[in-house]
Amino acid sequence: MATQEDVKLTVLTAKDFASNQDVRWCPGCGDYAILNQVKKVLAKIGSRKEKTVFIAGIGCSSRFPYYVDTYGMHSIHGRAPAFATGVKLANPELDVWLVTGDGDGLSIGGNHLIHALRRNVNINIMLFNNRIYGLTKGQYSPTSEEGKKTKSSPMGSIDMPLSPISIAVGAEASFVARAVDVDKDLGTMLERAAEHKGTSFVEIYQDCNVFNHFAFKYATDKSTKEDSIVRLEHGKPLIFGADRDKGIRLTMDGKPEIVELGKGIKEDDLLFHDENDERHAFLLSRLMQPEFPEPMGVFYRIADECYEDLLQQQVDAAVKARGAGDLRKLLYAGDTYEIKNPGEGVQSAGLHE
Amino acid sequence: MIAGSEKEVQNVRSATVRFAGDSGDGMQLAGMRFTDTSAVIGNDVATFPDFPAEIRAPAGTVAGVSGFQVNFAATDIYTPGDEVDALVAMNPAALKANIPDVRNGGVVVVNEDEFNKVNLRKAGYPEDYNPLDDEKINNDYKLYRVPVTRLTEDALKDSTLSAKDIGRCKNMYALGVAYYLYDRPLDTTIKFLEDFFGKKKNMPEVAEANIKVLKAGFHFGETAEMFPVRYHVDKAPIEPGTYRRITGNEAAAMGLVAASAKSGKQLIYCTYPITPASDILHYLAAMRHFGVKTFQAEDEIAGICSAIGVSYAGQLGVTGTSGPGLALKSEALGLAVITELPLVVINVQRGGPSTGLPTKTEQSDLLQAMYGRNGDSPVVVLAARSPSDCFYMAIEAVRLAFDSMIPVVLLSDGYIANGAEPWKLPDPDTIPKIPVRHADQSDLNADGVFQPYQRDDKLARPWAAPGTPNLQHRVGGLEKMNVAGSVCYDGENHQLMTNIRAEKINRIAKRIPKLAVDGESTGDLLVLGWGGTYGAITTAVRRAQSKGLKVSAAHLQYLNPFPSNLGEVLKSFKRVLIPELNTGQLRSLIRGKYLVDARGLNKIQGQPFLVEEIVETIDLMLADKFGDREFVQPHHHHVSLDNQSIEPYLGEPVG
Ligand code: SF4
Repeated sequence: MATQEDVKLTVLTAKDFASNQDVRWCPGCGDYAILNQVKKVLAKIGSRKEKTVFIAGIGCSSRFPYYVDTYGMHSIHGRAPAFATGVKLANPELDVWLVTGDGDGLSIGGNHLIHALRRNVNINIMLFNNRIYGLTKGQYSPTSEEGKKTKSSPMGSIDMPLSPISIAVGAEASFVARAVDVDKDLGTMLERAAEHKGTSFVEIYQDCNVFNHFAFKYATDKSTKEDSIVRLEHGKPLIFGADRDKGIRLTMDGKPEIVELGKGIKEDDLLFHDENDERHAFLLSRLMQPEFPEPMGVFYRIADECYEDLLQQQVDAAVKARGAGDLRKLLYAGDTYEIKNPGEGVQSAGLHE
Repeated sequence: MIAGSEKEVQNVRSATVRFAGDSGDGMQLAGMRFTDTSAVIGNDVATFPDFPAEIRAPAGTVAGVSGFQVNFAATDIYTPGDEVDALVAMNPAALKANIPDVRNGGVVVVNEDEFNKVNLRKAGYPEDYNPLDDEKINNDYKLYRVPVTRLTEDALKDSTLSAKDIGRCKNMYALGVAYYLYDRPLDTTIKFLEDFFGKKKNMPEVAEANIKVLKAGFHFGETAEMFPVRYHVDKAPIEPGTYRRITGNEAAAMGLVAASAKSGKQLIYCTYPITPASDILHYLAAMRHFGVKTFQAEDEIAGICSAIGVSYAGQLGVTGTSGPGLALKSEALGLAVITELPLVVINVQRGGPSTGLPTKTEQSDLLQAMYGRNGDSPVVVLAARSPSDCFYMAIEAVRLAFDSMIPVVLLSDGYIANGAEPWKLPDPDTIPKIPVRHADQSDLNADGVFQPYQRDDKLARPWAAPGTPNLQHRVGGLEKMNVAGSVCYDGENHQLMTNIRAEKINRIAKRIPKLAVDGESTGDLLVLGWGGTYGAITTAVRRAQSKGLKVSAAHLQYLNPFPSNLGEVLKSFKRVLIPELNTGQLRSLIRGKYLVDARGLNKIQGQPFLVEEIVETIDLMLADKFGDREFVQPHHHHVSLDNQSIEPYLGEPVG
């Protein structure tokens, strides 16, 4: 039997994080690639199985907790951020990862996502965006493009899609990033998310190869990829294209435009990425295909205090100011009075704090 | 007693006083002070605050009237009183809303200054009518017209306070008059005003002004040739001890803190504000020094989900709400059932359905607590029966949740949550410890595997807190294989797990107290109740017993499971009456489970029972007047055998 000491000494590999459950996603689903990256990252950053908790809502991606050998909860639809918050309030030492999807996190659970982000509880949120409802077999989701024909929108969706990154930035998130399921940068994004103290939000473009295959083909196909995405690097200009000959700059009235480098346009004329600028992050979140390459990488990052730490500080401050709570004092506070033997005098003990 | 009073003093065994005014008139404060004074001088007391539904109802209107009723007695009492002996009405609207509850011949003190044209119109009185001049009112009641506004201003003419702040002292004038009328000393209130305004809020001028006005009111009673009699209520034979006035919400909060201390688990209260449960959050938010964390979630659903997260992570997760909030929490409560995690949900019931009557009391969430989830999803259901009982039942809820790894719903209601009673404080050392066991390495099986749905003799599964090596496991809403805990869609296993979830509750029946019967253990009639109706039922049954009737009472604090002897108790009486503030929810459970022909007294008026309503129903039942009626309802304070009373409201048929 392994003791606590043994556990500490063991160096874990990605394989060690696999649970004994059969993985049941459709063959070819983008979720596999993400699961593999996550297990690698956990091993790489030295996560301990017993200190790690995966929490998910409902949907294909939300089966995730069953497939990692850590603590986990496959909760109810849309509410994973609330469960994760409770876990962190009870034990701030745990590493909590949250898995959600575009339906789970942005439709039924949009409220909880927004509030988790603004509170800045130290959890890592991965939103698998496949722009479709997979588990319920193919209805349009809040990120499906306008006009999308699905079983529930045979004449085309008339819903305006939303941008998960815009939502995250608008909800005061302290770390916002995006990656593609099969892209080499996913691991790096997850590592940086894990490193970040506070809520990290990573949108992951995920291919549902059954109900929405190739939704992100532009971002994965070798022939189009580098022209359709722009990789963000802090302090560097926004350059993209297979030949790195295109860039994004701001017009005089502050609007982004694509320009070709050379022909009188230098790198210095381009928009430079600043991870700490919220307005810049929002602007980047509005760059969408087909007009613009879609940014990948860390959009925004700022150091801020975590909710669970602030709460603990209040507990500590209260104990310091008032002394550790004493049950007797609590009960016997307020306007107490003594009843002596019936008929005898009574006296008020008065108002106590 | 204050010297100089030469007027007649009448001794009465008990009295009910109601303070009523605009919601800004400070009637709750006046009522609470009157209560504390009465308790301190040795009366038994029971109170009933009645708040307006709209916080910002227009001033001076009937919708904006706030009331506080206190019953004080030289004997044991359990209710705030049926009829009002003395009403203090600060404006016409308060008079209009409350005078129907004053007994014939009762005292009515009004603030005469507020009975002007504008206020009379706001109260909805007809043009050119002033109730103070109404002959019938003057005949039926002892009406005293006191110019409270003017006399308060006179008393404070040298004060530096603003006109607005001076106006705020009116309630103390009225209180002073009431103290005079009922022969109560001022010292407890003076001390309170000094401590509260003077020390705590650091506004000594306000304290001084209030004290001055309080005394002025009292002296007015003494000197004005207005009140021919005053009343005296002797001390009650109360058990010696240290007492305090307690409301149900305060008691519930303290009970949770006590349970946390006794179990060594941190209390994390995750909730969303809702009337009438929010005060529990307010009290707990001020208890950080006990290690208590409060989390005001973004909605009801997040409230319960975060509490479940707390429980999963190994601490004491509690959420609180009222009816509509419990409806929102139902899916998550089902998750707590299937994940078999300890969780406490406090539901302070109010009038429903939907938003219903948010500030009024009702007992209509019993079936929601029992069955309001998808699937066969049993939870433990408890109900507190009085304000101080909320303390003990909150502890009991935590104990059972930990003991059986099960969610527990504790029902309170608006009446006991806001109502107060004197509470003989327990010695905290005598409250038993709550044992908690977390899974550890000894829970691994021979192959070194942890089985999260392994069970003990209570059928509880192990509570393995994240952070513990080798016990990694996944819980969730999908059905799990018994013992192993992996996802399992097998039909036989589902039946087994469904049976286990029910049997866990059945086994709790062996670990809870048997149902006690108040009175003889057999007889002609058992009056069975649950929750906040305890006071009214007990008073009514004792009254029937004192008339020599063979009536007993029993009150359920455990609704799921029922106490193991409930069937026996029911069979020991010829008839069973179940008074409830709903259309018969306990009655349907009792009839369904025990096949007993229980009858109901059902009041759905947002108000607690009057003792008289239960007394009348007892008489009706003993005289076999029910016939084949399953229930009766009170109308205008009397019990009617005619339950088809919607007829008069239907109007003329169309066409
Ligand atoms: S339906 Fe789509 S998202 Fe779900 S498992 Fe299959 S491929 Fe993956």
